[in-house]
Amino acid sequence: MVVVAVFVFLLAHMSPGDPAAVLAGDNATVEDVEKIRASMGLDKPLIEQFLIWGGNVLQGDLGMSTSTNVPVLKLIHQRMGPTLSIALFTILLAVLLAVPLGIVAAWKAGSLTDRLIMLGSVLAFSIPVFLIGYGLAYVFSVKMSLLPVQGYKPMSAGIGLYFKHLLLPCVSLGLVYMALLTRMTRATMLEALGEDYIRTARAKGLDSRLVIWHALKNAANPIVTTVGVGIAMLIGGVVVTETVFAIPGLGRLTVDAVLRHDYPVIQGVLLIASAIYVLINLLVDLSYRIFDPRMDR
Amino acid sequence: MQTLATGSMSRGKKIGITLRRQPTMYFGIAVLAILALVAIFAPLLAGMNPLEINPLARMKPPSAEHFFGTDALGRDVFARVVWGARVSLVVGVAVAVASVVLGVLIGMLAGYFSKLDMLIMRIMDGLMAIPNILLAIALMAVLKGGLSTVIIAIIIPEVPRVVRLVRALVLSIRHQPYVEAAHAVGTRTHKILAMHILPNLFAPLMVQATFIAASAIILEAVLSFLGVGIPPQTPSWGNIMADGRNFLSIAFHIILFPGLFLAMTVLAVNMLGDGLRDMLDPKLANKI
Repeated sequence: MVVVAVFVFLLAHMSPGDPAAVLAGDNATVEDVEKIRASMGLDKPLIEQFLIWGGNVLQGDLGMSTSTNVPVLKLIHQRMGPTLSIALFTILLAVLLAVPLGIVAAWKAGSLTDRLIMLGSVLAFSIPVFLIGYGLAYVFSVKMSLLPVQGYKPMSAGIGLYFKHLLLPCVSLGLVYMALLTRMTRATMLEALGEDYIRTARAKGLDSRLVIWHALKNAANPIVTTVGVGIAMLIGGVVVTETVFAIPGLGRLTVDAVLRHDYPVIQGVLLIASAIYVLINLLVDLSYRIFDPRMDR
Repeated sequence: MQTLATGSMSRGKKIGITLRRQPTMYFGIAVLAILALVAIFAPLLAGMNPLEINPLARMKPPSAEHFFGTDALGRDVFARVVWGARVSLVVGVAVAVASVVLGVLIGMLAGYFSKLDMLIMRIMDGLMAIPNILLAIALMAVLKGGLSTVIIAIIIPEVPRVVRLVRALVLSIRHQPYVEAAHAVGTRTHKILAMHILPNLFAPLMVQATFIAASAIILEAVLSFLGVGIPPQTPSWGNIMADGRNFLSIAFHIILFPGLFLAMTVLAVNMLGDGLRDMLDPKLANKI
């Protein structure tokens, strides 16, 4: 996280242009610019600036957005809802569908079902999010008028409306994630199903559902790891999905900030996104103990 | 068994056999070859100027005159898609080559010199903690929009992944008897790295490079689509789709065709990568 912080800090300083001069405007004298520079603390040495900035960040102060003059934290807080909703439901959807698909593919390895599932996952892996998103929007919203084309409704506007607006973004974002999870589940299940204890279980005449359960417990760790690693992909994908479906979330905020050279906002989003990523992977590491009690020893 | 049978054959024959076993790899190579030809001969194929604006023929559906229809400014979508192939292929190849070269250099340093290892890997971990699309977008805020800056913004998030792979490989190879023997007879370090370690990295890196190319092509399209990549008038698949964003219900073709080309290209590159992996490392064939 410290490395991320240093990088994020330097990013703004590598940028072309002088923020003080931009803020001062075209008619400002050299003195005016210097005054603004001093008020922003930009005249201090780089290390000191970093320590001040780092201290503020640790206290939860991410600075002010230069284009809207709203505290960055408030902006992020406002836009968090849609992004978290999409991310959460996408993970849920993907895990609920991909793990069973991967199990079926591994159980019937080599069969037509397996081949179809694997083909589907290669396809889903290659089709870019926006094509899936626009394709779905075109079929279900424009042609069949079943679902809203774009936009986002908070939960307070009604649960039904909330889910209607979330369905297409989550499905289009979830396909790639599903593909990754399905392949991983299949690979680890194949390995687990080849173990001796599975042969023993089968020889005892155990119900195939129980056999799968045995194998799944042992295949769980790599699958959970993939869920964690996939979060990075998911956060990236949310940016695109939000643009496709015109959803005012964190992704849109970031892109707008880039277009306006609003560095405090970019820094804030990068910091929070990587903090979430690190946190989730920490949780993944901790979850290993649940699935594999041997680790406690 | 198959490795036994192919053990004594020439490399060319081995590749031939693998190709027959893997029709998808054939497909990938064929699609990429066609795309490369399309990109090279774009000026001839396009027929029309991809930048020419025609206010009288705005958002026309596909027809004999405009195969893929026209966009909101009346530009020919087919011509733009054909020219866009150049951008995508250049980005894919450039990013794959550059990030592998950089990744090998940094990764060998980290894997062979344990003093540098700590520092390098902490920086790489830091970079990897930022989702690559976000990192590329943020870098585009600092860099000016353009083909070369887009390539740089995509390389930076990709390099750490190569570094990690190379470092892990070097760590396992450096304790092999032949490397230790070379060290014992006094071979210089740079020679050990170049002559004994580098050749062993080749196969896994080829596979990695194709997957990087696929991800780079998508990333370029994403950046351009979001409006922070290649300047909007330049035909690139992401830009064409961005142009069609507001006309989904009346002119779906503006998004459909560049999207299909993008999907086909990425699919072909991924299939090539899968095939290469199975061919170069049979142990991995059943994994992932």
